[in-house]
Formats: sequence, C-alpha cells, structure tokens
Amino acid sequence: MSDTHGETVRFVRETMLPEREPPTSQVGLLGWGRDNLFTGPFNTIVTIVSLVLIGYLLAGLLPWMFQSVWRADSLSECREIATATWGQSEGHACWAVIRERWPQLLFGFYPSELYWRPILAFALLIVAVAPVLFPWASNRLLAVSAAYPFLLAWLLWGGSIWGPVMVAAGFAILYFGVTLLSGRIGALGALIVAVVAALLWWLFAVGPVAGELARLIPIGLEPVESRDFGGFMLSILIGVVAIGCSLPIGIVLALGRQSDLLIVKALCVGFIEFIRGVPLITLLFVASTLLNIFMPPGTDFDIILRVMIMVTLFASAYMAEVVRGGLAALPKGQYEGADSLGFDYWQAQRLVIMPQALKISIPGIVSTFIGVFKDTTLVSIIGLLDPLGLTNAIRADTAWNGVYWELFGFIALLFFIFCFGMSRYSMYLERRLRTDNH
Amino acid sequence: MRKSVFLGALTVAGLAAGAAAAATLDDVKARGTLNCGVSTGLAGFSSPDANGNWEGFDVAVCRAVAAAVLGDQSAVEFVPTTGKTRFTALSSGEIDMLSRNTTWTFSRDNDLKFTFVGVNYYDGQGFIVPKALGVTSAKELDGATVCIQTGTTTELNLAEFFRVNNISYEPVPIETNAEALQQYSAGACDAYTTDASGLAASRATFENPSEHTILPEIISKEPLGPLVRHGDDEWGDIVRWTLNALIAAEEMGVTSANVEDMASAPTNNPEINRLLGTEGNLGEIIGLDADWAKKAIAANGNYGEIFEKYIGEKTPIGLARGLNAQWTNGGLIYSPPFR
Repeated sequence: MSDTHGETVRFVRETMLPEREPPTSQVGLLGWGRDNLFTGPFNTIVTIVSLVLIGYLLAGLLPWMFQSVWRADSLSECREIATATWGQSEGHACWAVIRERWPQLLFGFYPSELYWRPILAFALLIVAVAPVLFPWASNRLLAVSAAYPFLLAWLLWGGSIWGPVMVAAGFAILYFGVTLLSGRIGALGALIVAVVAALLWWLFAVGPVAGELARLIPIGLEPVESRDFGGFMLSILIGVVAIGCSLPIGIVLALGRQSDLLIVKALCVGFIEFIRGVPLITLLFVASTLLNIFMPPGTDFDIILRVMIMVTLFASAYMAEVVRGGLAALPKGQYEGADSLGFDYWQAQRLVIMPQALKISIPGIVSTFIGVFKDTTLVSIIGLLDPLGLTNAIRADTAWNGVYWELFGFIALLFFIFCFGMSRYSMYLERRLRTDNH
Repeated sequence: MRKSVFLGALTVAGLAAGAAAAATLDDVKARGTLNCGVSTGLAGFSSPDANGNWEGFDVAVCRAVAAAVLGDQSAVEFVPTTGKTRFTALSSGEIDMLSRNTTWTFSRDNDLKFTFVGVNYYDGQGFIVPKALGVTSAKELDGATVCIQTGTTTELNLAEFFRVNNISYEPVPIETNAEALQQYSAGACDAYTTDASGLAASRATFENPSEHTILPEIISKEPLGPLVRHGDDEWGDIVRWTLNALIAAEEMGVTSANVEDMASAPTNNPEINRLLGTEGNLGEIIGLDADWAKKAIAANGNYGEIFEKYIGEKTPIGLARGLNAQWTNGGLIYSPPFR
C-alpha cells in the first residue's frame, strides 16, 4: 500500500507527532470560562450583569451575616454592641435571638428535659425509611418501619405504652383475619369480616383493654400535651405523616378513578375534585373551628390529629392525580401484556403497572411531597405554633420585638435543608431506576 | 331514618353543649385548669418566654381568674388563638374565657353572643409618621400614603376619619403588623395606623425611635377586655368581678406586697375587708372561697402593678396610664363597689 501512496502522494508522515498540551485558552479556568460564560457578545453581557448583581448582593449580605452579634439578651443590647463594634447598628444581624430561642424554634414548648424523645423519634424515622429508600439497607429493617407509626405516637405524646400496642393489635386482627378466613369464606368475605372485627376492636375494646393493662403493668412515658408541640418538630411531624399516608391513599384513589365500577369511580372522582377544588387553608379552618362546633363540648379530638388528617387528605388528592398521570403515560401494551401472562388485577398492578407508573411519576410525587412539607407552615394561621407562628410569639417578647430577618433566615435555612435533600434524593432515585440504555 | 338519627345526634350534642355551658365553673374545677384563649403573640399583652411560660397584660387576667377559682395562678392552659380562630374557640367551648386584646363592639356582644365582662385597656387608633415628614396633626395627612392592616376595624375607622375630615389618602393594604412595620420603615408609606398601644410598642423597636412621632389624634374607641360566651352568667360574673377586684385593689391601695398583711386580720376599711374576705360573705355569694380576691391580687398584683410590670412607662413598651388611670386620677378605670 505504502508503495502506491509513495507514487501518488508527495509526503506521507510515518511517525506520530508527540502529544502537545492543549492551548491554555481551551483548558483550565480560562477555557471553561470561555466555553460557558463568554461565548458571544450576548452571553458576555449577561455574565457581567449577573456577576455585578451577585457581588452587590453578597456585599450587603455577607457583612450582615458574619459581622453579627451572637451574645446579647435583647435586640437593643444587640444594637448597642453593634454600634460599639462597627460604629452603626444597621446592617448587622442579631443572631443572639437564634442563640436564645433555637430550642423553641425546633421543639416548640416541648418540655426541655424530654427533648430526647423527639430526637429519638427522628433518628428512628431515618432507620424506618431506610429500607424503603435505599437498596443497600437490610430488609429486616422493615420491621422497624412497620412498628414506626406506633413508636412515633408513643414517643411524642407519651402516656401508657398499651394504647399504641392495642391499636397495633387491631392491624394484627385485620391481617390474621384476612389470611386465616380467606380459605374458608372467600377473599371478599374474609376482608369484610376482618375489617368489621378490627373496627369493632378499635371502637370499643382498645380503650378499656389498654386502660386495664396500663393498670396491671404500668409501662409508660410522661405524657405531653399536643398544645406543647410546636416549632420545626410540628412541621416535620405533620409533613412526615402527610407524606407517608398520602402516597398509598393517592395510589388507591388513582386506581379507583380508573376503575370500571361506577360507585368506586364516582367516589374517587368526587373526593379528588372536591379536595382539589378547596384551598388547604379552608380545610384547616374546618379542622380547627367547624369540627369543634359539631362535636359535643368536652370531646377531646386532638387538634394536631385533626390537622394531620386534613393535610393528608389534601396531599392524597394531589398525589392521586400525579399517579394517574403516570398510569396514563404507560402504553396499553403493558396492561395487555400483564393480562396475557394470566395475572389478576392486583398482581398486574403490583408487578407490571405500578413499578413503571410510579417511576414515571417520581418528579411529580417528590414535588407534591415538598409542597406539602412547605404547606405545613399554614397551620400558624389557625393558632398552632409552627416555626412561622413562633416568630410572631418571639417578637411579642419585649426583648426581641423588631427582629425579623434573623428568624426568617434561620427558618428558611432549615426548610431548605429538608426540601433540597428531598429533591436530591428524587434525582438519585431516578438515576437508580433508569432502565433505558441511553 | 338516617336523617332522624343525625338530627337526634345533633340534639344530644346541643343539649350536652347547653349543659356544659351552664356550669363552666364546675368544669374548670373538675378539670383543675382554666383554658384561657390568648393572642399568639402581642408585645406586652401576651407572649411566651424562652421556657414557654406565657406572660403579659392579657395573660395576667387569665392568671388572676385561675388564682381566684382554683387557688393556683399557674393552673392555666393557654390556648394561642389568632384573630380568625378566637371567636369559634370561645363559642365552641374549647376555651373558658378569651383575654386577647379584643375590642368590645355592639355586633360582637350581640350578634356573636358573647359577654364582655369589662375593659382592661382603653385603646384607640392612632398614626405614626416620620418626623422628617413635618406633620403634627393627622388632619395634615392630605394625599398621604397610609399603611393599613386589611380586614380589621382599623381599616374602616381610617376611611371614616378621612371622609369626615374631607381629605384624601392612598391606602397601602398590608396583611400583618410585622409586614406593615417593614413597609413603613422602608418608606413604602408616609404613615402607619393601628392601635396606639401597638404603635408605641413598635416605635420602641425602631433603630432610631426619636425620628418617628405618634400623632395626637386618636380616631377610634377600642375598649379591650376579656369575654365569655352567653349562657353562663355565673361564670361571667366570676371573670367580671375578678377583673373588678384587681381594679378596686389599686384604688384601695391593696398591692401584692401588702395583701397578705391586710387579709390576715380585718383592717379599719370595711370595703377592703369585704374584698379580702375578712368581713361579710362575698366569696360565698359568688360561689368561690372567701379569700378569692386575695388570691387573685396575690398572683400578679393589682391592676396598676400589672400595668406597670408589662406595658407601663418603665418597660420597653412604655405606655403612659392616660385613659387607663384610675377614675380618681382622671382616667376611665372604675370598679363598681364591693358591697
């Protein structure tokens, strides 16, 4: 070959040139800047304007944040210290209010000697959700997940351990009723009998049995009233319950909405459209005021429980629509494929439809979660002292009257950590579940 | 069938409500605590400290009632209420009394079916302006932008005041007091209007309080006081006369410092003796212990002491007694006689 080339081409290089460094304008900070910031006149202008804007903001923000007062007993003392140190009190944060009130912003009025209980509940939450969220977590941890709702209630509210245990026993009745009876009277019959038995147990037996057991074997924690709940703990509590319950309820509602059974479908559509047509704040007002008037006085239907139920219902309706979006995105062939394998309805949903539909819906689901978590701040309007409600209460203290940005900044930081964490997790989940080969 | 069951349940609930409402005193005694509705936070009037203990001028009324009824000023469950939830909380029975800087008006008394048992603070709506504006009277505010909280009586008062004086203004509607103060200090409005007590408290928090001035005009009457629901006059009387006992104590010179001495043996002032239970049977008549008023006064002191402690001139709130001085000093605070 080279011979023929030798006749037709004047010059053939027979050795490779040594590799050279890329030109300095293409690599390193400079190259990156040229590629990303200064490509063309328009982008250059945008970059410069943005840099000026960011610099201006930081020039105001950084001194405010870091040239600040941490040790003072009141806002006026903060201002005196700032004036003494920097010559003026404006433009210097007074973090002393956070230093004094951070336990209150985190735990509300929860008794300080019992702070270990919400902290333990939060730590257990991480253990309980690990097997659901991460593939490397042992499946044996699922036992913790199953027990967690009862542990949570017991740790936070305290009281006798037998109440939560007896409520859990109701679920055991439900489970064993279905598994033991379904062989004899059919699946539907077993379900109905088990549900009725469990309801009877919850309504009539739990109270007396738990009371009797508490008398015989008193194991319990010091009870804490719902009124003492507050701060970030309240937001997390309402958020976790709403997030945890709304996904399963939402899936059931989404399936019900696609059902061929007229009544099931009508109920689901009615519920979803009603809840979505009403603002959350209205539901919270119903929970806080209207229910009070309907129920006989002296009925002790916990305000936090009422709020949690309402927020859960609200989140479920939105979740149902998100999941329905995922279901609608599945090609018909998936349903037909599941049918052709001989799966019954639940098998098809569990093994074929839901894994795909939920995967499609992940961004929507997580958005709903984040939205619900942030919506928990609305409870301050009905007088519950969530972090935002507490800012008002803290400002009402004459020592801190006039403190705004420090409190709001601290709360924003806490919310950002949680919401950003959720959003990063959803991106991780999407990467992990990606099955296409792009 | 189902309808009748529902109606039956409602009737039972209604009867139970009536029965419960008729014996608030028994309920409170059985429960061992007084459920008292307070504001979720208003400087000087009610606020929780770092340990979650509620303090303030309105809170002190709750504590006095708890001391009179239960003998323990700490036997109070404070229920934080917002402007939107306060009235339902009271009418539904969630709280036994409301002590939350609530203005006594015709419609609240009659339409909402509450009983205002008295006035513990005579407030009124005022204006705050920067001194640099050069205004010395609210009537000179022609054409000014005014920050105003929406949905409150202050909004209506403002419109009426400007209409009556035939001057124009531009309202800047704001949702909360905190937001309004931010807008005002940022210069988004020339003046801010709300209750004068709130203006004084807010001015104290500014970077330079001396650069702002509160105009002399008070354009509305805002008598603030504790209230109970209709239907239990005995309970209303207890709250009313506990408040009156605090007021009468100041007039007669009974303070938290000397109340023990005065109550240990009859003094030579028969009205003090009747008040403190060393003479007569006023306690028995109202359905409480003979020394009920003594316990109420011992809790946080008399009316004047409570005023000085939480909102008086020595506090950052810095309110002068003004209308809230005893009638003997030219104010409106006046208790009917203990006889």
